Amino acid sequence: MAVTIDDVRHVAALARLGLSDERAASLAQEMNTILGHMDALSAVDTSGVDAVAGVGAGGLPVRADKGPPIPLLRSLDAFAPEVRDGFLLVPRLSTHDTAEEA
Amino acid sequence: MSTPPSITDLRTRTHSGAVGIHDTVAGALDRMKQVKAGRDGLNIFVSLDEKHVRKHADACDGLLSHAEPTPLLGVPVAIKDNIATLHHPTTCGSRILEGYVSPYEATVVRRLRDAGAVPFGKTNMDEFAMGSSTEHSAYGPTRNPIAPDRVPGGSSGGSAAAVAAGIVPAALGSETGGSVRQPAAFCGVVGVKPTYGRVSRFGLVAFASSLDQVGVFGATVDDAARTMHAIAGRDPLDSTTADLPVPEYHRASERSLRGLVVGRAKEYFPDSLDSRIRARCDAAFEKLRENGAEVRDVSLPHTELAIPVYYIVAPAEASSNLARFDGVRYGLRVEGDGLRGMYEATRSQGFGAEVTRRIMIGTYVLSAGYYDAYYRKAQQVRTLITGDFARVFGSGVDVLFTPTTPTPAFPIGAISDPYEMYLSDIFTATANLAGVPAMSQPIGRVDGLPIGGQFIAPHFGEEMMFSFAYALERALGAEAHS
Repeated sequence: MAVTIDDVRHVAALARLGLSDERAASLAQEMNTILGHMDALSAVDTSGVDAVAGVGAGGLPVRADKGPPIPLLRSLDAFAPEVRDGFLLVPRLSTHDTAEEA
Repeated sequence: MSTPPSITDLRTRTHSGAVGIHDTVAGALDRMKQVKAGRDGLNIFVSLDEKHVRKHADACDGLLSHAEPTPLLGVPVAIKDNIATLHHPTTCGSRILEGYVSPYEATVVRRLRDAGAVPFGKTNMDEFAMGSSTEHSAYGPTRNPIAPDRVPGGSSGGSAAAVAAGIVPAALGSETGGSVRQPAAFCGVVGVKPTYGRVSRFGLVAFASSLDQVGVFGATVDDAARTMHAIAGRDPLDSTTADLPVPEYHRASERSLRGLVVGRAKEYFPDSLDSRIRARCDAAFEKLRENGAEVRDVSLPHTELAIPVYYIVAPAEASSNLARFDGVRYGLRVEGDGLRGMYEATRSQGFGAEVTRRIMIGTYVLSAGYYDAYYRKAQQVRTLITGDFARVFGSGVDVLFTPTTPTPAFPIGAISDPYEMYLSDIFTATANLAGVPAMSQPIGRVDGLPIGGQFIAPHFGEEMMFSFAYALERALGAEAHS
């Protein structure tokens, strides 16, 4: 399963990473080397073996899906890159280039 | 390097009034300067606000009126830079979080403060805890206090170095595949990874959530045991913490090893193991025998698969956890072409080479067409590795003893092949994959460089593990550091 430059470009897009051509090429090489070592797993007979779903006997407990667990001791504008009226600001989507379209 | 006063000495002398907390902290700050812990020297700390640390020390004076000294009264404890603190930045050794100050505090830091400790600055680390040498930090490499041309190990290299340099008697680190035990071995100190679920991860910046645990460093087994006791236990803010009582680990020192069984797993002593490390381990087994323990040969046949499994599971989880660093909510933002361009520019410029590599591998093994071949397969083999431990511990073995690392600390810059670096974790990653507790302690030196021996125990078997560690430390005496 050799990783190609196209694979690297595809995966980088999924991971929202911008890569130069040079870095994409070196990553293809590095990933092939690293994943080559992982091929040792393919020789292991895992028929009938469950994949780990949680560490320890108790599985993976989940907390109740409600609100932030604790109050934040600093306001958003103390750590967010851009804030207005309590909202995080982000650049426009390319599909909404003008204010009218937005 | 000199040893600072032990935690027991410090808390007793502080409570009696023989020493002031302010003086202890001033001593630690002086020691930092003496050993050249700054950016141009050992580069141990990423941030340390002296004024704030001194102010906190003064605030601790209120604890002196308690009838009994609190467990860590007056003890300065260094904190790894991926654990959230309110007054120092939490950068994870990354450009992408440069200057970020958390709006909340990690449970382990709050528990340290409640126990009377003084959080003492943030220590350097491999970026987002991805590394085994503390060379992959945006703030430059940390140097090993025992041999400054060598790495301190990683990823918690700054915390290990802070203890080894005699600045603090204890420090917090974090473990995903050996990031406390490996640097503890390289720096000649004690490092403990607890059972998954023993210590809260609330406020620990997530790397691989099914593997991550906060761990502790101590100058001695007792320093580590007391610090671990202070931070362990159920936390409503981390649903994976176990609702089990926390033993007073320092009481494990009183237990005899007579009738207990220590396993010697052949997979941890391959023919390729440095003969001098093997000899140190054999000497340690002999000491355990002399103390009444039975040494039993055992096998954990899937051990050699731990690195391939680990380097699929951990990057996969990291690729998900690190998706949150995109320039929107906190940290670095680099403008690009629209929203997507901003994401890509921020992440490409904010993450270093190793983090980028692991995000790429993690995204790849989770992507359509590769998930079953890599991720699912790795999680199945992880089940087999966990089963190895269950079988051995179920057969009457109380703990395992192994070398912590296959080599002593290597020179800075000596390893450039990523996979070769990953092999540093070959004896440690198994415990993270299985979720069992493990610890490293000094068992001697090779060419002047510290060597670590590792105990591994069943789930929530920390007390038993500490019993062996105390006994071995007593039996080795000065040999542990010579």
